[in-house]
Amino acid sequence: MINKKVANVQDALKGVSDNMTFMFGGFGLSGIPENAIAQLVKLGVKGLTCISNNAGVDNFGLGLLLQKRQIKKMVSSYVGENDEFERQMLSGELDVELIPQGTLAERCRAAQAGFPAIYTPAGYGTEVAEGKETREFDGKMYVLEHAFKADFAFVKAWKGDAAGNLIFKGTARNFNPNMCGAAKITVAEVEEMVPLGELDPNQIHIPGIFVQRIFKGEVFEKRIEQRTVRPKIT
Amino acid sequence: MLDKNGIAKRIAKEVQDGFYVNLGIGIPTLVANYVRDDIEVEFQSENGVLGMGPFPFEGEEDADIINAGKQSITTLPGASFFDSALSFSMIRGKHVDLTILGAMEVAENGDIANWKIPGRMVKGMGGAMDLVASAENIIVAMMHTNKRGESKLLKACSLPLTGVGCVKRIVTNLAVLEVTDQGFKLLERAPGVSVETIKNATEGTLIIEGEIPEMDI
Repeated sequence: MINKKVANVQDALKGVSDNMTFMFGGFGLSGIPENAIAQLVKLGVKGLTCISNNAGVDNFGLGLLLQKRQIKKMVSSYVGENDEFERQMLSGELDVELIPQGTLAERCRAAQAGFPAIYTPAGYGTEVAEGKETREFDGKMYVLEHAFKADFAFVKAWKGDAAGNLIFKGTARNFNPNMCGAAKITVAEVEEMVPLGELDPNQIHIPGIFVQRIFKGEVFEKRIEQRTVRPKIT
Repeated sequence: MLDKNGIAKRIAKEVQDGFYVNLGIGIPTLVANYVRDDIEVEFQSENGVLGMGPFPFEGEEDADIINAGKQSITTLPGASFFDSALSFSMIRGKHVDLTILGAMEVAENGDIANWKIPGRMVKGMGGAMDLVASAENIIVAMMHTNKRGESKLLKACSLPLTGVGCVKRIVTNLAVLEVTDQGFKLLERAPGVSVETIKNATEGTLIIEGEIPEMDI
């Protein structure tokens, strides 16, 4: 077994510095690497380019890095829940690249899988395709989108082991598996670190080869952004 | 004239047995409430779930189980979870049978705009561009006019586009329309709404052929 386990978030984030490009797993606040984000706030690294489907909310998730002005550029598909984000974007303090959600996922996956670029129909004929190469296949138009290049990918899983194997839970899976191995260093934080051999090899979502560092997160707040319920019928 | 639930109710009639359906945020979400219960339909949410169920009972909500609107949800027997790349493989790969989404503007050639108002509102396209670029069967659910009373069914979209020539059908508070090569073809009127009212609320070319029936909802 090749050991990927590190003692804590401090060791897991060794080597992060200003002006780097980071990937963050998560959809809304579900499945975000809370511990890595908290540590990045502590470290105070600045000038960051962040690839993440969303930008958190004002006081949680990537919103915490935005508050401290640590982010130079966001690459996202949807940023509707964050007033501070909107303020920084409209004032020009923050550079924002909005791209289709499927394109975001596939640019991560391309980096993970060794493809330099992919063709997608998404965004053809819109401002997203401006300046990009397009090509026709079987009578339909596609846009060439390049694989991401990132320094660190921060992902969150439900269970993991010292080999770096990961299992995700529910819709907290989202972009996390697609970002594993898509950056120079993938850092996984898990809710449960289980003894080697306990994870059934048949059930592993991401094999440890895609993960360089794994640690058990100290705190997972796991906020629900839109708590919606129905009354119990009695 | 229909309210938002009325629009959802009318669209629910377009959902057929055996369909995998992706519902957008807003009015489309309400469609799930009106689908006949004698047919089998699975709802896909692009954040990575197929087989969505209703909202959870109070106290049973789970931060790890949400929909694309970030709302807590439940799953039904037979449901599955998957990553974002696989989710969009379902969408771009045309495995999803029906896409229902909202819009700010629709043009008579089927163009749609629903993600950005330059200088004022920039929320992002989320999965909408992937959905409209690939889906064969797209229904737009929206009000016929905006808050200022201006038509949302136009000759050409004025806002940045989400997709080109992709909308097939539109259900509004006033009418059901089909996008054709000649323009918006009026298929049905909402209860109590006259053809004249629909004409006045439609900026794009409106094709009216024969008697226009009232919606049956």
